[in-house]
Amino acid sequence: MAIDVKNLDIEALVTDPATRIIVCCGSGGVGKTTLAAALGVRAAESGRRVVTLTIDPAKRLAQALGLTALDNTPRKVAGLKTTKNSPGELHAMMLDMKRTFDEIVEAHASSAKAAQILANPFYQSLSSSFAGTQEYMAMEKLGQLSKSGRWDLIVVDTPPSRSALDFLDAPRRLARFLDGRFIRMLLVPAKAGGRGYVKVMQAGLGLVTGAMTKLLGAQLLTDVQTFVAAMDTMFGGLRERADATAKLLRAPGTAFVVVAAPEPDALREASYFVERLVDDDMPLAGVVMNRVHRTLAPDLSGERALAVAEQLDADARGDDLLDLSAAELTAGILRVHAQRMRLHALEEKRLTGFALTHQKVRIASAPAFADDVHDLGGLRDLATALCEDSQRRSGQPAAE
Amino acid sequence: MSSDAASRDRDWEGVRLHVVTGKGGAGKTTVAAALALALAAGGRRTLLVECEGRQGLAKLFDAPPLPYAERRVAVAPDGGMVYGLAIDPEEALLEYLDLYYHLGRAGRALRRIGAIDFATTIAPGVRDVLLTGKVYEATRRRASSRPARTAAASAAARHSENEPDPYVYDAVVLDAPPTGRIARFLNVNSEVSALARVGPVNKQAESIMRLIRSAQTVVHLVTLLEEMPVQETLDGVEELRGFDLPVGGIVVNRTHEPLLPAADLRAAGAGRLDEAAIRKALETGGIIADDATTTALCREASDHAKQVSGERKLRARLKATGRPLYQLADLDTFDISRLYTLAAELARQGAA
Repeated sequence: MAIDVKNLDIEALVTDPATRIIVCCGSGGVGKTTLAAALGVRAAESGRRVVTLTIDPAKRLAQALGLTALDNTPRKVAGLKTTKNSPGELHAMMLDMKRTFDEIVEAHASSAKAAQILANPFYQSLSSSFAGTQEYMAMEKLGQLSKSGRWDLIVVDTPPSRSALDFLDAPRRLARFLDGRFIRMLLVPAKAGGRGYVKVMQAGLGLVTGAMTKLLGAQLLTDVQTFVAAMDTMFGGLRERADATAKLLRAPGTAFVVVAAPEPDALREASYFVERLVDDDMPLAGVVMNRVHRTLAPDLSGERALAVAEQLDADARGDDLLDLSAAELTAGILRVHAQRMRLHALEEKRLTGFALTHQKVRIASAPAFADDVHDLGGLRDLATALCEDSQRRSGQPAAE
Repeated sequence: MSSDAASRDRDWEGVRLHVVTGKGGAGKTTVAAALALALAAGGRRTLLVECEGRQGLAKLFDAPPLPYAERRVAVAPDGGMVYGLAIDPEEALLEYLDLYYHLGRAGRALRRIGAIDFATTIAPGVRDVLLTGKVYEATRRRASSRPARTAAASAAARHSENEPDPYVYDAVVLDAPPTGRIARFLNVNSEVSALARVGPVNKQAESIMRLIRSAQTVVHLVTLLEEMPVQETLDGVEELRGFDLPVGGIVVNRTHEPLLPAADLRAAGAGRLDEAAIRKALETGGIIADDATTTALCREASDHAKQVSGERKLRARLKATGRPLYQLADLDTFDISRLYTLAAELARQGAA
């Protein structure tokens, strides 16, 4: 089926001064972290000041960038190809969620209060070891980086969430929670009584606190209440920040790039991402199809290659004029080619299906590399391949 | 009925809870389903649980979305049954409150004021506690107690002093969060029992940790033979061991056979293929290849060789963990039949 796949121009996206934030999202295992780093390299080598933020605990970006450790502050990446005329820089950082949370507390509360919060057992669990905090803190860090004004471009690699778009929902959920009745209810016992709303809520309140106490034990509830009371003064600030982050994600300079691979699961997730982003009016730049297998000899069909491989095998057994090892080798090479053609055809079919169901979405694709991308050179090659792909396809629109 | 299954050498005899984790994209859900199917062989009954709200099981078995209830999703070749359950944390919390505290009304009140939302999405860890709690309940459930949603009787049944009834499920397979989160996910109950030092939550959290750390539980890791997934798997094994959690087998998914003889692989990998000889052989087969085509074919062979040698090194690193390795070949099929093929393969290799 001939369909006109809209072309996502990666080069234009990363070099455009108007692009200030690129959010890479997608399911796990499609090379999202690597791609985010590759976009960073490309943008930096085009002369921009770039920072990439990764949230992945596996420190994959660190490996890809040859850094031994990433902490909560951006570190300059060495070895970039820059010139005097285009003095770009790439910095990379990995989110330390506990430290980010601690910094918020320290920034918003008096030092005595901050100390009280930081020592609270409930806070310590919340900030260091539980899922969910990652998403809040990732968005918080993005907000900080953006506000600092130091960066021409911020590339964010999103957390490997349970539900793919938790990082989108996190700020909103936090805002809703902070506005909620539950939080006020929790505050009641820790404060001096006699507030007006206490009476209103009294009926449900006894039942609820009773149940909570029974369930969790009085001591945990006290910890939570103390924590909430201590946080009370900074909730306004947190809420504002959550709102600001939500706005930032919709701002004109922000672009979402959905990363996918030509695998059924990854494409299904990508569909979900694309639909969700469109539904939420998020600025979707397009989809990057990563790890697409290409064939280098497209004119030799897989069927033909297999047939000849079989014939060579037969010849090798019967015909003593033939160089046996060359026949065997060539048969093997033809089988490798046939496998590659089969994979190529399968992936093409899947990609066409995806493009057909998302006709408005711009797509760029990057080839699968035989070696894993694990150094700056590999990242550069990946970015180059992506840019060339879009140039190749925009040069001959809908030719196939 | 299952003399074959009974006499085979199985690696996880006595294990009742199989936790399957893996790097995203490695095929964790598929492997979990195949394992549940393999464990159901011989007329047994297994429960396959998903907990990330993606309805991955329904998609896999080509079924409508699973409700929060245990439904039969597949039948093993010799009559065993696989049940599926998609845990919804919110429902699990309400069920829990109702079961232990008869909080029908208060449960609704909790939902109204946002406490359920708080507990399942904002309060750290509670969600994971509920998910593991539900898995714990299903793993320990005995036949006389009524099924999940009406399980008020299960507590009572447990107090019976007689010989314990048989378990409802011979094994439970959990399609767990990915490798990067698994240790934290499974360890959540020890965090919680440290936080909530008294009360029923504390008690339950401790029972869950006892089960997870017991000989009845193993954690399997699914990986592909690629650098990053293997590294993550090795990190995951270390992390699980650090938390004193039981590491099971490593499932290497989507493996490929080398298509060239060993000597040719070496030559191809080193870029030392004799293009002239290949071109001549192609010609005897009737393919008139120009230089570019021959070079292209050799490059494809060289990519293949690099992949094969890379995979060999990665496999060796996985073997060094000392854990059993199960290898599943890449299949061209994408329908349910694939699960049966993979299940048979897992059984053949001793995983079930």
